[in-house]
Amino acid sequence: MTLATAPLTTDRPVARRRRVGDALPQIVLAPSFAAVIVFVYGFILFSIYLSATSSRLLPVYDFIGFSNYVRLFQLPNWTLALKNLAIFGSLYIAICCAVGLLLAILIDQKIRIEGLLRPIFLYPMAISFIVTGTAWKWMLDPGIGIAQTMHALGWESFSFTWIKDSEMAIYTIVIAAVWQSSGFIMAMFLAGLRGIDGEMIKAAQIDGASAFQTYRRIVIPQLKPVFLSAFVVLAHLAIKSYDLVVAMTNGGPGRATEMPSTFMYSYTFTRSQMGIGASSAVIMLMMISAVIVPYIYSEIAGEGRP
Amino acid sequence: MTEMTLTSDGRPRRASGSIATRAVLYVLLLLFAAYYLLPLFVMVVNSLKPLAEIQQGNMLALPREWTAAPWVSAWDQAQIGIQATGLAPYLWNSIKMVVPAVAIATMLGALNGYVLTKWRFPGHRIVFGLMLFSCFIPFQIVLIPMARVLGLLGLAGTTPGLILVHVVYGLGFTTLFFRNYYEAFPNELIRAAQMDGAGFWQIFTRILLPSSGPIIVVTVIWQFTNVWNDFLFGASFASPASQPITVALNNLVNSSTGVREYNVHFAGAILAALPTLIVYVVAGRYFVRGLMAGAVKG
Repeated sequence: MTLATAPLTTDRPVARRRRVGDALPQIVLAPSFAAVIVFVYGFILFSIYLSATSSRLLPVYDFIGFSNYVRLFQLPNWTLALKNLAIFGSLYIAICCAVGLLLAILIDQKIRIEGLLRPIFLYPMAISFIVTGTAWKWMLDPGIGIAQTMHALGWESFSFTWIKDSEMAIYTIVIAAVWQSSGFIMAMFLAGLRGIDGEMIKAAQIDGASAFQTYRRIVIPQLKPVFLSAFVVLAHLAIKSYDLVVAMTNGGPGRATEMPSTFMYSYTFTRSQMGIGASSAVIMLMMISAVIVPYIYSEIAGEGRP
Repeated sequence: MTEMTLTSDGRPRRASGSIATRAVLYVLLLLFAAYYLLPLFVMVVNSLKPLAEIQQGNMLALPREWTAAPWVSAWDQAQIGIQATGLAPYLWNSIKMVVPAVAIATMLGALNGYVLTKWRFPGHRIVFGLMLFSCFIPFQIVLIPMARVLGLLGLAGTTPGLILVHVVYGLGFTTLFFRNYYEAFPNELIRAAQMDGAGFWQIFTRILLPSSGPIIVVTVIWQFTNVWNDFLFGASFASPASQPITVALNNLVNSSTGVREYNVHFAGAILAALPTLIVYVVAGRYFVRGLMAGAVKG
C-alpha cells in the first residue's frame, strides 16, 4: 500500500563473506527475484507486445504498431472510462484528504475516547471492496435503501436515485470508496500531526494566534509530506479500483460507471478484443507509473543521505 | 471562526466557551463514528430480518421478527452460480488459498529482507526497487500472460494456481516489510555472531528470527487481509470449484435470476468480511502498522 524505506546506514555488506565468491545470499534471493522478473516485468513486456498485435480471442503474434492505441482512444467506452476515472479520482482524493485531515485534527484534541474512535474510523480498510460494495449498493438502492427508510420515517418526498441514474452513478462509487479509505488517511494525518514539534505551536499561541490560524499557518504546511503520501496512495488506488465498481454497479447503468479496469476486463475476456484490452492495460500501467516511479525513486535514491 | 482548543502540547487552552467547543467536538466525532458504523449496522440488522420486512422499507429499524434463516441460507443453501451450495464451500476455498499463500510469501519476504540488508551486494538497490514497484502495478497488465502461463503449467482454475499468483504478487510487500525491519537491526550483533563462527543460516535463525515476532505478525496480517479480500485474481483465474468467497459473494449478490434476498446478501457479506474483521479486532494495532509501513516519514 505505502512504501518508505528505513534509511541505509551503510552500503557495505554487514556480514563479511568467508570466501570470495560465496554466493549463498544471492542464491537465496534469486528465486524471488527471478519470479518478480518473469511474472512482473516479463509479463509487462508480453502485454506491451500484445497491445501491438491484432489479438482477439487468443493471442496472435503479428505486429500492427500503434493501431490498437489509435482505436482505443476512438472508443467512446474508453473516453468515458477516462472521464469517470478523472471524476472519481479527483473527488476520491480530495474528499478523503479533507475528511482524513478534519478527523485527524478533531481526534488530536486530547479526546478521551480516542482509543475507541480510531478503530471505528479504520475498520473499513480491513474489509473487502466486494463487501463494501454490497452494503452500499443496497443502502443506496431506491427500492429498499435510505430513500425507503426516509419514507418509512415520514419524509415522503425524499428521493435518492443516483445509483440508477447514469449521470450520477459514478458519485455513489465515490461515496462508498471514501467511506472505505478516509479512516486510513486520517491515521496518516494523525501520525503526521503527532510528529510536529509542539514548541512552534506554543510560540504561535503565545503570540495570540487563534487555533484556526495556528492550524492554517503552522500545522497544515508542515503536513506537506503527508499530503504527498496520501495523494500517491489514493491516486494509485483510484486507478486500480475495480472490485468496488463491479460490486456496486458492475459498470452500469448501461456503461455509465465504466472505469479503465472494468474496460480492460470486458474487452479482453468478454468481448474478445485482446489487443485493445492489452493496450488499455498498458495505459493504466503508464498512469500508475507516473505516480509511483518518482515516489519510489525519491525513497530509494534519498536513502543513505542524512 | 471556530475557537478550537489546541492541545498538541501542554495543557488545553481553556478559552471562554470551551465547554461548548468540546461538546461540538464530541458531537462531530460521534457523528463520524456513526457514519463509519452505519453500513455494518445495516448489514447486521437486516441479515436478521425476514425478507418481507426489508422490502417494506426502513433499513435502520431493528427486526420486528428476529430470524437466523438468512444466515443458514447464506451458509449452505443459497444459489451461487448454478449450484445451491451457499458460501461455505467458497469460504473453505479461501482458507485453502490464503494459508499457504501467506506462509510462503512471508517466509520468502523474511529471507529477502535479510539478504537485502545484511548481505548487501552490488545492485541491491535496483533489485529492491524492482521488487518494490511490483507492489503497485495495476494487475490488469499481467492478467493475460498469467492466464496463459497458468494454463501451460496446468494450474488454470485451481487453488495452487491462485496460491502461486498471490505469492508472486505478494513478494514485493513482504520483502519491503522485512527489509525495513531488519535495516534497523543492530549490525554489531551480526558481526559478533560471525566472529563466533555463525554462518548465513545460523545468523538468520538464531539472531534475526527470534526477534522478528512483531514484523511477522504485521506481514501475516497484511498478506492475509490482501489475499482474503482479493477479487480480481479470483474472478480471473478460479473455476467454480476453487472460487474464493469474494467472487462467490459477488455472484450471490449480482445474480439476476429469482427474488433478490437482501437479507441473505447481507449475511453473506458479513461472512465474507468476518475473518478479516476478527483479525482486525484482535490485532488491529499490527494491521495499522502494516498499512502505514512508514507512509509518514520522520
